[in-house]
Amino acid sequence: MHQSTLAELSSALESKKISSEELIRGYIERCKKHNVSLNCFITITEDEAIKKAKIADKNRARGNHTLLTGVPVAQKDIFCTNGVKTTCGSKMLSNFIAPYDATLVKKMNENGFVMLGKTNMDEFAMGSSNETSFFGPAKNPWNNDNVPGGSSGGSASAVAARLCPAATGTDTGGSIRQPASFCGITGLKPTYGRVSRYGMIAFASSLDQGGPMAQTAEDVALIMNVIAGYDGNDSTSANNKIEDYTKNLNDSIKGLKIGLPQQYFDKNLNNDVANLVENGIKELEKLGAKFIDVDLPHTELSIPAYYVVAPAECSSNLSRYDGIRFGHRCNEPKDLKDLYCRSRQEGFGKEVKRRIMIGTYVLSAGYYDAYYLKAQKVRQIIRNDFKEVFDKVDLLAGPTTTGTAFRLNEKLNDPISMYLSDIYTVSANLAGLPAISIPSGFINELPVGMQLIGNHFQESLIINVAHQYQKATDWHKKIPKKYE
Amino acid sequence: MSLDKSEIQNIALLARLTIDEDDIASHCKELADIIDLIEKMNSVDTASIEPLAHPLDLFSRLRTDNVTEKNERENFQANATETKDGYYLVPKVIE
Repeated sequence: MHQSTLAELSSALESKKISSEELIRGYIERCKKHNVSLNCFITITEDEAIKKAKIADKNRARGNHTLLTGVPVAQKDIFCTNGVKTTCGSKMLSNFIAPYDATLVKKMNENGFVMLGKTNMDEFAMGSSNETSFFGPAKNPWNNDNVPGGSSGGSASAVAARLCPAATGTDTGGSIRQPASFCGITGLKPTYGRVSRYGMIAFASSLDQGGPMAQTAEDVALIMNVIAGYDGNDSTSANNKIEDYTKNLNDSIKGLKIGLPQQYFDKNLNNDVANLVENGIKELEKLGAKFIDVDLPHTELSIPAYYVVAPAECSSNLSRYDGIRFGHRCNEPKDLKDLYCRSRQEGFGKEVKRRIMIGTYVLSAGYYDAYYLKAQKVRQIIRNDFKEVFDKVDLLAGPTTTGTAFRLNEKLNDPISMYLSDIYTVSANLAGLPAISIPSGFINELPVGMQLIGNHFQESLIINVAHQYQKATDWHKKIPKKYE
Repeated sequence: MSLDKSEIQNIALLARLTIDEDDIASHCKELADIIDLIEKMNSVDTASIEPLAHPLDLFSRLRTDNVTEKNERENFQANATETKDGYYLVPKVIE
């Protein structure tokens, strides 16, 4: 059963082939067994999951259910879950019991999803390898010596090893798409504002966006139908009409115009990855899509602009951790300043402190115009590049990452090289665009992802193209042998 | 780009972080490298460009002035290390 997609589990529950309780017990056993090698869960919520599964079974028996009542899911540990430890991968919050549910969690609970646990992540979502987690790195199921990517590395690892059929992630500069690519699963970063950020612990508020990580584009659509939509508790939540994301899945993609940004096939791109992405493009061509070369001339500036905007917003957001109201508090502070400084020094890890320092610097007196304002102007230029391109094409295609999952410790002590590896993903965040990563082949038994980027609120279209691609290929069905 | 010890200490103070004396040199180097990366932005002329604070054309919304939150002080204070009589405790601020 554990190899099934959400859609398949939904029909198995509907046809009474299995009960939710049996299903959840099976998954919990797998989680407990394989978490030893993968470290993809920070918390496994066994008792609560079984309780919820029994309720789901009762609701199904009474006919009081949704399509997804009783299916399992894992939540990234950045989402507040009422009464359950919510650590954000940090020592700072290692004892924090969330007093309420994030809107995304609340919606999934109301739709009958049963949470198996909270997944590992880079501390406060700052990282591309899951190695900055206070709880140790999650591992890549395809090779336990490699990183699963980050920051949503635990979610990607858990879905790839089929410890859960789907999970949630968040994406500030690629944190859903890059781990999805490294672990061989499907991950969607929705349009900024499409999914509520309420109860999602803030990193960089103008970039952060939560979204689904699953085996297939179809499952991504099913989850989007639950989590997308306006939320009065999030002042940046978009009030556009919600779509049925499954409606267009089977539409033909014949005649669609897909742009290939030349800057995404540059010297940074590994040749083997380039070949696999080109094979993916040929596959879409066979399905009738038309490809044209396009330019996003300022792509290279996306990393510098991102490393001003994201740390600036992070330094402001993380000022809430004062050691007083919640979070780590140092012992015997000698005065208030000592309480602040030492609690933060002890509670935050190295990368988080590094980013707070950069953010503080670029916002400090005398530097604001040179850095923060400049970055906002570059951000405008990057968005304009996309605007021009979307006048000519329906969507864009390219690689998600420059290479496959790197080795543990390979880039940990070289922050710049880690930052540069996000070159194909950060632009979508700066411009607020939806983008999906889909499995497109393997190099040395490590997965490679292809990225599709859509215009604002065009999730349906990129999910449709991804689904048609997955009907013609079976890369998304591959499971690492050890976890079959 | 280079940063000296006093600049690093000032940034740390503004950020309310204490930095070990032994780590100052590595912080100087790392931050300087990152600022070099950031300064690549200067290769493009932005004189006539409007800054973009936000990816969507959003406007601030107001809601009607009703009480929507219930008092959950005890629930919220359960996460604080030191509280007394419904207050959060901090070291003495006024002598």
